[in-house]
Amino acid sequence: MKTREQLTAQAAERMGKPVYDDANRAKATEQKLDIQKNSPKLATLEEAIRKSGLKDGDTISFHHHFRAGDKVVNMVVDKLAEMGFKNLHVAASSLQDVHAPLIEHIKNGVVTKISTSGLRGDLAKEISMGLMDEPVVFRSHGGRGSAIANGDLHIDVAFIGASSSDPLGNACGYSRSENAKSICGSLGYALPDARYADKVVILTDDLVPYPNTPNSVSEHDVDYVVEVDSVGDSSKISSGAIRDTKNPRDILLAQQAAKVILNSGYFKPGFSIQTGSGGASLAAVKFIRQAMIDQGIKASFALGGITAHMVKMHEEGLIDRLIDVQSFDKVAAESLKNDPMHKEVSACEYASADEPGSATHYLDIVILSALEADVDFNVNVLVGSDGIIRGAIGGHPDTAADSALSIIVCPLLRGRIPCIVDKVTTLITPGSTVDVIVTEYGIAVNPRRPELAERLKAAGLNVVDINWLKDKALSIIGTPDPLPFGDKVVGIVMNRDGSVQDTILNIIE
Amino acid sequence: MEIKEAIAGTLESGDIMIRIVPGQKPGVDINLSSSVAYQFGNQIKRVIADTLAELGVDGVTVEATDKGALDCTIRARVTTAAVRATGRDVWR
Repeated sequence: MKTREQLTAQAAERMGKPVYDDANRAKATEQKLDIQKNSPKLATLEEAIRKSGLKDGDTISFHHHFRAGDKVVNMVVDKLAEMGFKNLHVAASSLQDVHAPLIEHIKNGVVTKISTSGLRGDLAKEISMGLMDEPVVFRSHGGRGSAIANGDLHIDVAFIGASSSDPLGNACGYSRSENAKSICGSLGYALPDARYADKVVILTDDLVPYPNTPNSVSEHDVDYVVEVDSVGDSSKISSGAIRDTKNPRDILLAQQAAKVILNSGYFKPGFSIQTGSGGASLAAVKFIRQAMIDQGIKASFALGGITAHMVKMHEEGLIDRLIDVQSFDKVAAESLKNDPMHKEVSACEYASADEPGSATHYLDIVILSALEADVDFNVNVLVGSDGIIRGAIGGHPDTAADSALSIIVCPLLRGRIPCIVDKVTTLITPGSTVDVIVTEYGIAVNPRRPELAERLKAAGLNVVDINWLKDKALSIIGTPDPLPFGDKVVGIVMNRDGSVQDTILNIIE
Repeated sequence: MEIKEAIAGTLESGDIMIRIVPGQKPGVDINLSSSVAYQFGNQIKRVIADTLAELGVDGVTVEATDKGALDCTIRARVTTAAVRATGRDVWR
């Protein structure tokens, strides 16, 4: 008979493993609250960057949950510039007016490539004029999630701003401590980055003791935790108060959109809905709420882009659950923190085309806006009719494609700019995914949906031909001159399936 | 015709502000700044010039700041500014 020691040694050899050695084992016996203050993950921003192994030419990523109040992108890129990095690829879930300092970093060669959902302000204008040699790659929120998951968009180091984190990296877009400095609610757009990036750095303005549960980002995915003064100005996410539009045209559009929904055949118990945060969209929710109360119809979930309006209807019992990839105001962010039926989801769970369980696949109705829609029902939400980039793709094409009923609400004209045109300046949401376009002059139904047109006509709605709307616009404003586009590609629009859908040319001043 | 400096219109969205000042020479000089200049700049200048020609106003410089006004609005603002600049009421 062999001894157990001999058998253990034999087993170890067969498995190619060492035999356990009990010598020199030490236990950490200090109070654990003291130990975590020396977590090996805690670092300054500069240390975290050095330890991450970031190199010139690498891809760094950011989320935009603080919207116009974001401080992380500028803070990190300033530091990277100071440390002498070059040729970086900034892969943000979106960029805002506040990111204009990137212009200098582009001119200095620190940043040479950008991937984003949108661009606004001076940065957008400069890029439209041809600031960068490499075209900006634009993806929808679902498309970005897919691209990160399938490796099309590989992230070397993700920098994730969080309103609270413990020293191990359990992080949230809110804080339960009394020292909370910021709140953004859902961290949905950062969750694919946290999961798939090679290295993950959490930046937080409220370092709290372990365990910071319930958490959005798991310590398992986090390499470094950096304490900073501020990750974002929460007041700039939105005003926080519910603003009801007084604009009579918005109210008319909202009324028409609500009538489309009520008579579409999809307004049934257990329906699901997503709306944008625009004035008309919010006003439409008010009309739908009243119809839900009057007819005793409850929704199974609201998706988004959650707003205070949706939170209110959830708390009234009209909407069973809220699925939240991005909290549009402070009320929504607080609700996400406090209400277990208000669920945070990642961009993949929200709108990935590759994920059978993504919420958009189970979405009945979506109300969306548009900068322009054309006679083939194609929609542009990215490039202004002056040819300058001024918006974001967001979840527009994802929700339009997956929902049972997609409704675009836009006025016929904005000032002298027509919103119904012959051909969109840039193709963002293909017409094959758009069902209804609501304007103040009439409602156009995609010829692919004749049954829908019949239902709306039977309900007495003013259903018109989309070409009639386009002609009506031209009869008021005259024929616009063509835009002075150059021949340099400044932007590439990706479809959510990973194919290349359109290109954006530079504009000549 | 004696021309005084005159203004009509606002800088609100959908409006145009027209400022007429006496010119140095015959003809109409138009300096346009417009939020829709790319697509409608030429059309806006033509409407301003045509309106002034119909009113018989000449030898002026027009400073126009446009915020996406429609042609009817442009004609109304130019007419008002011209009436103020010349002191002549077009309705008589």
